[in-house]
Amino acid sequence: MSQSPAQTDDGWSEPVYSLIKEAGISLVTTVPDAGLTRLLNMCSGDEDVRVVTLSTEEEGVGMAYGAWLGGTRSLLCLQSSGTGNIINGLALPAFSQSPCLMLVTMRGQEGEGNPAQFPMGRAVRQVFEAMGVTCLEAKTKEDVATLFGQAIDMAFDNGKAVAVLIAQQVIGVKSFSK
Amino acid sequence: MMVGDMEMLKRRDVLARVLEERNDALVVSSLGTSTYDLFAVSPADENAYLWGAMGLSVPTGLGLALAQPERRVLVVAGDGDMMMGIGSLSVVSAQAPKNLGILVMDNEMFEETGSQSGLSAVRADIAQIALGSGFEKTMTVRNDNEVSRLTGFLLKEDGPVLAVAKIAPSTDAPVFPSMDGPGLVRTFRSSVLDQM
Repeated sequence: MSQSPAQTDDGWSEPVYSLIKEAGISLVTTVPDAGLTRLLNMCSGDEDVRVVTLSTEEEGVGMAYGAWLGGTRSLLCLQSSGTGNIINGLALPAFSQSPCLMLVTMRGQEGEGNPAQFPMGRAVRQVFEAMGVTCLEAKTKEDVATLFGQAIDMAFDNGKAVAVLIAQQVIGVKSFSK
Repeated sequence: MMVGDMEMLKRRDVLARVLEERNDALVVSSLGTSTYDLFAVSPADENAYLWGAMGLSVPTGLGLALAQPERRVLVVAGDGDMMMGIGSLSVVSAQAPKNLGILVMDNEMFEETGSQSGLSAVRADIAQIALGSGFEKTMTVRNDNEVSRLTGFLLKEDGPVLAVAKIAPSTDAPVFPSMDGPGLVRTFRSSVLDQM
């Protein structure tokens, strides 16, 4: 595995975590991905942030809606393949103009070693946009926090579904060589 | 409708009895008949009627229960909605919210789309699945006497709890709450958050 180990600085998780705290996000739901490890560990170590492991990413959309009804701000963290699992659930934020903030680590882009990741990886933006989700794509480490800060404002101030897509080149490529 | 010599439970009667002593409970209803029933028997600003997103009533209730730990949260889910979101029972048991009750209205069919047979009509037992998902308290009710235990179980017992009510197909005309999504959210949030 050549992905960034959780213990070393990946260049974006810390500023994103700071933004989570500043925005008062206290619920993080996830089906995890290797690229999210450092951020999720930071959130798990924070007693004011509840990290909830899901059985499918779609549950995170329902939880975001319920949490918002109860006055809590949340974030759904997922791998790009999970985008396909949440399509009908996105009717909730679209129908109600409620916040749905998502952080997506991309697979199926340049350097991908698993051909089964290509179809969903290629379709993420189209699928999201077809369901009314605004996509902000971070192509460098520095982009991630900048775009995540914008996404927070769009979601919670304007009641939007917003996804920050972190390009595979930022995360690193998973090796399948034996 | 009869099964053997026993009258089958009427779904609105069951829900009305559960919510008779609703107090300040927040209620989430899954799409379709559960939403019409909730609006018919206990209309309130603090009802979250889901008009879509099949399978997400329990996750919505979980998000709400975690956000409002001092309030009781009840999810009213159809059996089809529950089966579609069946994995969410494991998510609930892992989080173990004491304030969450789930009532599955199980007519063993997809009544809204033409009464096609559902999976709980064949072999699936939703209360057993909940136990296997880590719930410690479940019950299944089939008759009037058992219904009298439902309110206390769903609204007072330490959660998470899940009850399955085996009910007859609906004989009531559907009644529709507002379909104004942003309006429903505004109403719900101002009612709940202004009291904090």
